Amino acid sequence: MRALSTTRVLLIVLAVAVVAAFLPFWFSGYILGLLTLAYYFGVFAMAWDLLFGFAGEVNFGPTFLIGTGAYTAGILDNLYQPPIAVCLVAGALAAVAGGVILALPALRVRGPYFGLTTLVAVLMLQNFIVVDASLTGGEIGLTVPDVISVSDATNYEIALWFMAASAAILFSLSRSPVGLILQASGQDAVQAGALGFNVTKHKLAAFIISAFFSGLAGGLLIFYLGSASVGTLVDITVGVQIIIAAVLGGRRTILGAVLGAVFLIAMSEALRPLGDLSNFVVSALALVVVLLFPSGLLGLLTRSRETV
Amino acid sequence: MLFWQILIDGFAISSLYALGAMGFALIFGVSGVLNLSHGALMVAAVVAAWAAGNDLHVGPYVGAALGVFVGFAASLITYFLIVRPLQQSRKIREEEREIFILTATLLWGIMIQELIAYLYTNNAKTVAPIVEGVVSLAGVRTPSNEIFTAVVCWLAIGLLWLLVNRTRAGKAVLAASMNPRGVTLLGVELSQVYIVIWAIYGVLAGIAGVLLGMFLGVSSYSVGPLTASAFSIVVLGGLGSVSGALIAAYVVGYLETLTAYLISPAYRTIPALLLLVIVIYVSPRGLLGRR
Repeated sequence: MRALSTTRVLLIVLAVAVVAAFLPFWFSGYILGLLTLAYYFGVFAMAWDLLFGFAGEVNFGPTFLIGTGAYTAGILDNLYQPPIAVCLVAGALAAVAGGVILALPALRVRGPYFGLTTLVAVLMLQNFIVVDASLTGGEIGLTVPDVISVSDATNYEIALWFMAASAAILFSLSRSPVGLILQASGQDAVQAGALGFNVTKHKLAAFIISAFFSGLAGGLLIFYLGSASVGTLVDITVGVQIIIAAVLGGRRTILGAVLGAVFLIAMSEALRPLGDLSNFVVSALALVVVLLFPSGLLGLLTRSRETV
Repeated sequence: MLFWQILIDGFAISSLYALGAMGFALIFGVSGVLNLSHGALMVAAVVAAWAAGNDLHVGPYVGAALGVFVGFAASLITYFLIVRPLQQSRKIREEEREIFILTATLLWGIMIQELIAYLYTNNAKTVAPIVEGVVSLAGVRTPSNEIFTAVVCWLAIGLLWLLVNRTRAGKAVLAASMNPRGVTLLGVELSQVYIVIWAIYGVLAGIAGVLLGMFLGVSSYSVGPLTASAFSIVVLGGLGSVSGALIAAYVVGYLETLTAYLISPAYRTIPALLLLVIVIYVSPRGLLGRR
C-alpha cells in the first residue's frame, strides 16, 4: 500500500466504485440494502480511523458524533420538515459542534483517560435521548417522515458514491502533509510541537473532519432507514462494531475500514443460519484477525501482493 | 429512617463495587492492561454458580465456590489466550499495544456474553443466597444477605491487603506496580508476577460476581454496565491505585444510592458520570492516580 502513489490508489478506488455501481443490475434489493448499510458503516469506520490511526486518539465514542448528527437531522425533519438537504447540513454541523466538545478534553488528557471521556459522552447522549422522549422518541426510536428515496437501487448508489467520495477525501487527507503532522502529533505530541507544528490546531481539525463525516453519514443513514433509534445509532455496541471494522480492515489505512465494514456485515449475514451463535462466531473471527494478523485485512492483501 | 436506609444500602453496593474494581485496578497498576472483558468474567462466574444450583442441584456453598472457580479459570484463560500473546507479539508496535489489548479483550468479552446468552438465555439470573432472612438494623429492615455481602467483601479486601503486604509473591506484585523494570533487575520474573495478579484478579472478580448474583441478580446484558462501572471507578480513583479505587467505589456507590432514593432510580448513573467527567477534566490522574 505504501508503495502505491496517492493518485494510483484514488484511481483504484474510482475503478472499484464504478464496478460496484453496476451491482444493482445483478443483485436483489435485499443484498443491496445490506451493502448500503455496510457503506455507511464504512464511512463511520473511516472517520474513526482518521481520529485513532492518525491523530492517535483512543475514541470509544464514534457513536456520540454519529448520534448527534443523526438525531439533529431527524428531530429537525420531524418538527419542521425542511428539505432533506437542510436537515443533513444541520446534522453535520451539530456533529462538528459535538466533535469540538469531544476535542476539548482530548487536548488535556490522553490515552485511557480520553477513552473514558468519550465513553461517558456516549452514555450521556444515550441518557439524554432516553429521558427526553417527547423530542427524541426515547427508547422506541424516532420516526423520520421523509426518506431520500424508496428505491433500493437509488439508495444504494447514494451510499456508494457518498462512501467513495468520503474515502477519496479522507485518504488524500491522510496522505497529505496534514496527515503526516497528525500522525506525528499522535505518536509524540511534544516532539511534533517542538518541530514547530501546531498540534492543537491539527488535532482539532482531525476531530472536526471526523465529526463532519460521521454526522453526515449518520444523517444519510436515518433518511435511508426512515427511523432513528438508540440501538442502531448510539449504543456502545454500535461503536464497538465500528472499531472492530476499522481494526479488522487495517488501521491507519482509511480504505481498510470500508473493507472491514463490508466484511463484518457480510459475515453476520452469512452466519445468520447459526442464529444466536452468529455474533459469537463473528467476534471470534475478529479476535483471530486481531491476534494473528494485527495489520488487518488490507495488510494481508498488500503483503501477499508484495511477495508475488 | 431514610438516612439509615441509604447508609446501609449504599454501603453494601459500594463494597461490591470496591471488590469488583480492585482486581481491575491491580492489573492496570502492574501491567498497564485495561481488561474490557471484566464484566463478562463476572457474569460468567454468576452464571456458573446459578447453573450449579439449578441444573446440578448443589448447595449454595458448593455453587458459590464453583462460581468463584470459574471466575478464576476464566481470568487465567483471558491472560494466556488473549493478553499474553498480544503483550509479546512482535508484529504490533509499542504505542499500539494498548488499543490492541483493549479491542481484543472487548471482543473476548462479547464472545463470553454471546455464549452465555446462547447457552442460558438472556434472562436475569439470581443465585440462591447463602444466608437468608431479614434483620432489623437501626430501625431498617435489612436482608441478612446484604450484611453478608458487605462482610465478605471486606474480608476479601482484607485478605488481599495481607497477601500484598505480607507475602513474598505479594510484595513482588507491589514492587512491580511501582517499578516493573526495577523488579526484573532484582531477579523477579515479571511473567510470574502477571500470572499471580491475574489469578488474584480472577478470584476477586469471581467473588464479586457471585455476591452480585445473590444480591441483585445479573443477565448477559449486565456485561457492558459492569465493565463500565469498574472502568469509571478505577479512573475516578486514579488508574493504577488500588486504594484510590476503594475510595472511588464508595463515592460512586453512595452517589448512585442517593440519586436512586432521592431523585429517581432512572437517573441512578448520571451524577456519577458527571462527577467522573469533572474529575477527569480537573485532575486527569483521578483522586490518587500515579500513571
